[in-house]
Amino acid sequence: MGKTILKVSHVGMKFNLSKEKVDNIKEFVIKLLKRELHYNEFWALKDISFDVEQGDRVGVLGLNGAGKSTLLKIISGVFKPTEGEITVEGKIVPLLELGAGFDRQYTGGENIFLYGTVLGYSRDFLKEKYDEIVEFSGLGDFIDVPIKNYSSGMRARLGFSIATIVDPEILILDEVLSVGDRKFKKKSLKKIQSMMKSNVTVLFVSHNTDQIREICNKAILLEHGKLIAKGEVNEVCDYYEKLIEEEYDIDELPKKLRKKRRQKQKQQQQQG
Amino acid sequence: MSNVYIQKFISYRHLMIELVKKGIKLKYRRSYLGILWSLIEPLLTMAVLTVVFTRLLGRDAKGLNIPFALYILIGRLMYSYFSSGTKTAMRSIRANAPMIKKVYVPKYLYPLSSTLYTYVIFLISLIDLFGAAVVMGVKPSWYMLQAIIPLVLIFFLTFGIGMILTTVDVFFRDVEYIWEVVSMLIMYTSAIFYTTNRFKGWMLNIFKFNPLYRLIEGFRDAFSGQPMHPYGMLYAALFSLAVVLFGFFVFYKKQDNFILHI
Repeated sequence: MGKTILKVSHVGMKFNLSKEKVDNIKEFVIKLLKRELHYNEFWALKDISFDVEQGDRVGVLGLNGAGKSTLLKIISGVFKPTEGEITVEGKIVPLLELGAGFDRQYTGGENIFLYGTVLGYSRDFLKEKYDEIVEFSGLGDFIDVPIKNYSSGMRARLGFSIATIVDPEILILDEVLSVGDRKFKKKSLKKIQSMMKSNVTVLFVSHNTDQIREICNKAILLEHGKLIAKGEVNEVCDYYEKLIEEEYDIDELPKKLRKKRRQKQKQQQQQG
Repeated sequence: MSNVYIQKFISYRHLMIELVKKGIKLKYRRSYLGILWSLIEPLLTMAVLTVVFTRLLGRDAKGLNIPFALYILIGRLMYSYFSSGTKTAMRSIRANAPMIKKVYVPKYLYPLSSTLYTYVIFLISLIDLFGAAVVMGVKPSWYMLQAIIPLVLIFFLTFGIGMILTTVDVFFRDVEYIWEVVSMLIMYTSAIFYTTNRFKGWMLNIFKFNPLYRLIEGFRDAFSGQPMHPYGMLYAALFSLAVVLFGFFVFYKKQDNFILHI
C-alpha cells in the first residue's frame, strides 16, 4: 500500500478537571491555603496508536465522550498530547469548526483573507481564488457585509468554501456533512466526494455506521479514551454494532448512559 | 532546531500580516477620521499637557535643548506606545481564545501581532513629531539618527513584557488590574511632562533604573542635537533583551496549557 501519512503513537491526553475554574489570585491563594487545590485527573485518551496510509479513509467510531473530538483536535494540532507523539506528512484541513478564525467585525471578503491565512494560504493565492470562493459560497453581495450580520448557515457556507479551496492531503470531517441549507448540503457533499476521488486521506467522525461503511475503507473504535478496535471498516462497524446491542438495549441507551455518568461523578467526588 | 522555527515563522508570515492589518483596521473602523486620529490625538494631548505644565503649574523647562512641547510629545508618544502595546499583547491570548481553541496557529503570533500593530500606529504618529520639530525650529542634525536605537529597543521591551503578561493573564485575570496600576507608576517614573532636574539621590535613581525612561531620554537627546547616554542606552538594551528572552521562556513553558484555561 501507500506510504504512511499519519502516525499516531501511544498518544494520551490528560485533563485536570478542577471543580471550579480558578482564575484569580485570591481564590488561588485561599484554595492553596485550605488545601482545596486538587484536581481530578481525567484521561480523555490513553495509549492510542494507529497508522494511516495515503488514500485511506478512516472512520472514527465511538459513543459520546469516547474521546473522538479530543483525538481529532490533537491530530489537527489544537491540543498537544500529554504523552505520545503524532507525525503528520502533508497539509491537514480540519473541517471541524467552520469559520473558527472569523472576525465578527470583518466583512465576508476580509474574512476570506483572514481565515485563508489561518489555514496557511498566501494572500496572492487567496486573491486569485477570491471569486471562486465567493461563488461557491453563494453569498453574492452579502460578501461585503460584516460577518456579525450573517446567519449561522451563511457563516458555515463561507467557512466551507474557504477551507476546501485546495485539495488537502488529509481531510478531517466531524459530521460536517450538514452544512447550510439543502441545496448547499448537496453541493458540499459533491465537493467532498470529488475530493475523496483524488487520493486524499480522510478521517471521518460519525455515529452513523451506515455513513461510515459507505465512505470509509478502514475504521477505529474508541471507548472511554481507549482504542478497542481498528481495522477493516465492516469488521469494526459490526463489532461496534454488536457491542451496543449487547451492552445496552438501543432504546435504553440514553438512560443507561446518564446513569453511568452519574455513578462516575459520584465516584470522582468520593475520591476527591 | 532553530531552522524549523524560522521556517514555520516564514510560512505563517501571511497570517502575521493579516493580523496586524486587522488590528489597525478594527481600531479605527467606524470613526470618520480613521487613522488620522493617530496623528491628531497626540498633538491635542501635547497641547493640553504643555499648557497645564507651563502656564498653570508654572513648571519651567530650563536646561533643555529642545522646546518643552517637543519634550512632552516625545515622552507621551513613547509611553503611550508602551502602555497600549503591553495592554493589547496582555489580552491577546484571551481575546483570541475562540480561534486558539479551534485551529492550530503558533501562539506567539497573537502577542507579536498585537505589539506590531500598535507599533505601526506608533510609527505613523511619529509624523507629528517631525512636523512639530520643523514648526518649532529644531535644527536637523546627524544626532537625530540615534533615535533609531530607542525606537527599535522600545519594540522589544514592549513585546517581551507583553509575552510575560499574556502568559500570566491566561491563568490570573488579576494581572489586568495590577498592570493598570503598574503602568501608571511607570508613567510617573518616566518623566513625561516634567524634567528630572529637580530630583536627587535615590529619587533620581528611580528614573535611571526605569528602562522606559532611558529610552525616552535617548530619543530626546537625539532631538536635542546631543549624544545619548551610552550606559543608559546599554542598560535599556540589556533590560529589553533580558525581558524578551524571559518572555519567550515563560511563554513556551506554559503555552501548551493555555488551551485548558481559556
